[in-house]
Amino acid sequence: MELLFALVIGALTASGVYLLLRARTFPVIMGLTLLSYGVNLFLFASGRLATGQQPVIGTTTSYSDPLPQALVLTAIVIGFAMTAFLVVLSLRNLADNENDHVDGPREEILPESKQEQEASSK
Amino acid sequence: MSLPLVVLLPFLGAIAAPLFAQGGRTAIAIASSVPALIALAALFPHWSVLSAGGTVLHAYEWLPALGISFSFRLDGLALLFALLILVIGLLVIVYSHYYLSAKENVAKFYSLLLCFKGSMLGIVLSGNLLLMLIFWELTSLTSFLLISFWTHKQDARRGARMALAITGGGGLALMAGILLIGNIVGSFELDDVLAAGDQIKAHALYPVALTLILLGAFTKSAQFPFHFWLPHAMQAPTPISAYLHSATMVKAGIFLMARLYPALAGTEQWFYMVSFTGMATLLLGAYIAMFKHDLKGLLAYSTVSHLGLITLLLGMGTQLAAVAAIFHVINHATFKASLFMAAGIIDHETGTRDMRRINGLWRYMPHTATLAMVAASSMAGVPLLNGFLSKEMFFAESLQLNLPGLWAWIPPIVATLAGIFAVAYSARFVHDVFFNGKPVDLPKFPPHEPPRYMKFPVEILVFACIMVGVFPTISVGPLLYSAASATLGGEVPDYQLAILHGFNLPLLMSFLAFFGGLLMYTQRQRFFDFHAQLREVDGKAVFEFGVSKIEDMAHRFTGWLENGSLQRYAMLLVISVIAVAVMPLAENGLYIGENGLSAVDWPTGIAAGVLIISALATARWHRERFYALVLLSVVGLIVALAFARFSAPDLAMTQLSVEVVTIVLLMLALYYMPSWTPVESSKGRRSRDLLIALAVGVGMTLITLAMLTQPFSSISEFFLENSKPGGGGTNVVNVILVDFRGFDTLGEITVLAIAALGIYAMLKDTALTPPPGDGLGHAWTRDNYPLMLRQVARPMLPLALMVSAYIFLRGHNLPGGGFIAGLITSVALILQYIASGMVWTQDRIPLRYHNVIGLGLLFATIAGAGSLAYGYPFLTTAFGYITWPFVGKFEVASALVFDLGVYLAVIGATLLALVSIGRLSPHSAIKSKGEGV
Repeated sequence: MELLFALVIGALTASGVYLLLRARTFPVIMGLTLLSYGVNLFLFASGRLATGQQPVIGTTTSYSDPLPQALVLTAIVIGFAMTAFLVVLSLRNLADNENDHVDGPREEILPESKQEQEASSK
Repeated sequence: MSLPLVVLLPFLGAIAAPLFAQGGRTAIAIASSVPALIALAALFPHWSVLSAGGTVLHAYEWLPALGISFSFRLDGLALLFALLILVIGLLVIVYSHYYLSAKENVAKFYSLLLCFKGSMLGIVLSGNLLLMLIFWELTSLTSFLLISFWTHKQDARRGARMALAITGGGGLALMAGILLIGNIVGSFELDDVLAAGDQIKAHALYPVALTLILLGAFTKSAQFPFHFWLPHAMQAPTPISAYLHSATMVKAGIFLMARLYPALAGTEQWFYMVSFTGMATLLLGAYIAMFKHDLKGLLAYSTVSHLGLITLLLGMGTQLAAVAAIFHVINHATFKASLFMAAGIIDHETGTRDMRRINGLWRYMPHTATLAMVAASSMAGVPLLNGFLSKEMFFAESLQLNLPGLWAWIPPIVATLAGIFAVAYSARFVHDVFFNGKPVDLPKFPPHEPPRYMKFPVEILVFACIMVGVFPTISVGPLLYSAASATLGGEVPDYQLAILHGFNLPLLMSFLAFFGGLLMYTQRQRFFDFHAQLREVDGKAVFEFGVSKIEDMAHRFTGWLENGSLQRYAMLLVISVIAVAVMPLAENGLYIGENGLSAVDWPTGIAAGVLIISALATARWHRERFYALVLLSVVGLIVALAFARFSAPDLAMTQLSVEVVTIVLLMLALYYMPSWTPVESSKGRRSRDLLIALAVGVGMTLITLAMLTQPFSSISEFFLENSKPGGGGTNVVNVILVDFRGFDTLGEITVLAIAALGIYAMLKDTALTPPPGDGLGHAWTRDNYPLMLRQVARPMLPLALMVSAYIFLRGHNLPGGGFIAGLITSVALILQYIASGMVWTQDRIPLRYHNVIGLGLLFATIAGAGSLAYGYPFLTTAFGYITWPFVGKFEVASALVFDLGVYLAVIGATLLALVSIGRLSPHSAIKSKGEGV
């Protein structure tokens, strides 16, 4: 089980990092989302994997660690807020600059990529 | 109390003085004098203690753990410097009153002057080295502002920057030195440090500490090779030069050496470093001074030379030399301040400071001329003036050094040479300015005597020069004795302050210097010709070159590193993370811990497989943005299942609802964005990114595996035990959120609120037209709000609200709570927007989500603050049980109000964010209604 869980986290972070390194906003946001899944699972796993031991007093005999759960719960919500913020930042960038690149100033490349975009949409 | 008051008063004055600016220049000058007068009065009663060789200590605790205290210490040395600072400060205020024209910003001038005065007093009165360091830096800052007082002059700004860079850099070295000393002694209190001289000198780090502290002192006191900032600081208004560059600022380095004399002096390192630096400065300053055509330039280099003289005396290490050094501090301050003031008067009356144009002023301003001539004679070391006495002592001491062989000749020869130069430049100051023919086209002609009381401060100082010169014992004897005793740690050698010590070698040297100097002045043209052949090393040019080089390097480095590409930043960040993680792991190794692996059950295995495949597929097919998003949502759902599988029901519910909201958000974004990512990066780059991603993935896998198989202990026992008795709830996760770690949660919902408001602000006046199709040839559906969805969604709202209310209420005891209930409500509301459109929904649910957020934060804060009213710490929970009809026994906790705040904040933030994006399109009719959100 531990190996499987570790592989899951590895796959999430690897995909997340790869997308994080892309040149457009949308893949970057998706990458960050994947990365935060991985990180949340990792934090959660620091309380170890327990089956049927939810930390609600009186429901079971032993309980899993509630502290990482509380931390991850807020992390999920804050993570959403940050994702939303990033999405809006990229939308604003799209509105102001009419492109969604994040790989530096693109004065020369811009017309080219537009053509490419148009070509691909045909 | 009186000592801290002395330091504090000028700062208070600096705040108060500008208030008097309305009352005119006289009012503000008087107001600025008050702190010094009170300070003098406060110091006076301590004299009886000090004259008996005692010290006064007023200490208050500040940061005892760091060894910093507000301790102020007064002894003879501190008193001497405090008097110089206060008395000359007063004279400078009087002088400035006439010097500054009505157009100048007098409020700023006096305010800065008082700040500087307070900082200087802080240095000399500090009883704690760290406290002294703070004031030391303050003098660097205030002097920067004073030198650049005429901010419109580029030279003034440059000169100020140079002074700040050099003295500030020295200040850093000094800080390091002081920290070393404090480390060696174990205390930063001056009394402890002074008593631990032998311990410091025996320590292995003594040479390092000494070098660092001397760097601080040398830069401040303009010693070679750092001397060049002082002449360029002459861009300051002349009263400032008279104050900072004769009596106070540049003497701070001298003061530091004298202050730490018992702790640091008396070793070979001290002797060689201090005396040879002093000797070089003495000679170089005196030599260059002769060739300066600018009046203030001459005085500046002469100051450099005299500072070198005092440094040399301190470096000699004998007790008599130290006495002579202190004596010369007094004498130099008096004659140099008066000379600066005289130079200022001449500048004021003629409009220039160029000695090639100023000639024969004796005819126009005999009174000023007389004063300047007396002061200049004192600078030259003419008998019956104070400069003569200390110079004579200096000559005598230069003969007493025990240097081997021919080396013994060097100090007296250097001393005599410097004496000759000093006489020559003093003669030039007198003859070239007041005699030597007629003035050459002065900007203001004819010059005349300045206002009566502008000369008054000069008169006082010149009077002091004569008094000390003729009656040394009566005038400064006690003060000098007390200062010398403080410097030497109590042992004062026998010395005599006599005008004439008989016909001896020092007197011969004086004669030699006097007549040699006069001869040199008469033959000056030859020296000028000779000097013109030399290539002068321009310290300023070197400095400016260095600064611009550093700036260029910084620019190039920044340009290279920061090219505006997030792609590159992210890569550097990830690579740094790998490097940081690999280093400790390489050392300790990664291995499967002793707990071993547990078995996998089939459903979990299949779900994990789907998750891994979906995650990798998201990355693989990310160019097809819509499909990638679908895959991403699969990942999110399985993550939620994983939480449920591994005993975290709260997390599962949160993740599930956040997942819905996130995907809706990304779909909305995709509506405006291109739905396809073209291939742009090269194959090489993609392979490189793949490699980086693989490294991170493999690393995370190994780390997770190692972590999961280690035995562990948790601090959670406390939470599990106290959740019910202390927090009144059985759902420990929720109790942690709203009770144990309630403050964290308050912070987190605040972040949530700020993010939502930021989103609102970013999109407020932005319009974005979505592309006509999805970019892949598909048009948007014409069926805006599908009938089925509409019909299903409407009855869902009350149902969902009911569920969320239930989840909310039970949250304290069973999985649920404010976060989850808030998200469920949000999802229900968002569904209405999706199903029926903005206009329809907004008309029926006229909520302003800003207010919902505000209300949420208010509830959470009030719930927390409520406990304060009962005398408990912020966010203490109170709870009790009431019995409701039909429902039965029901728990009511103040944490419920807090959770209600969380609930509202989550709803407000989520909906504000999503609705803001929804309104972005110009097609969305709600736009016209504007503030409906």
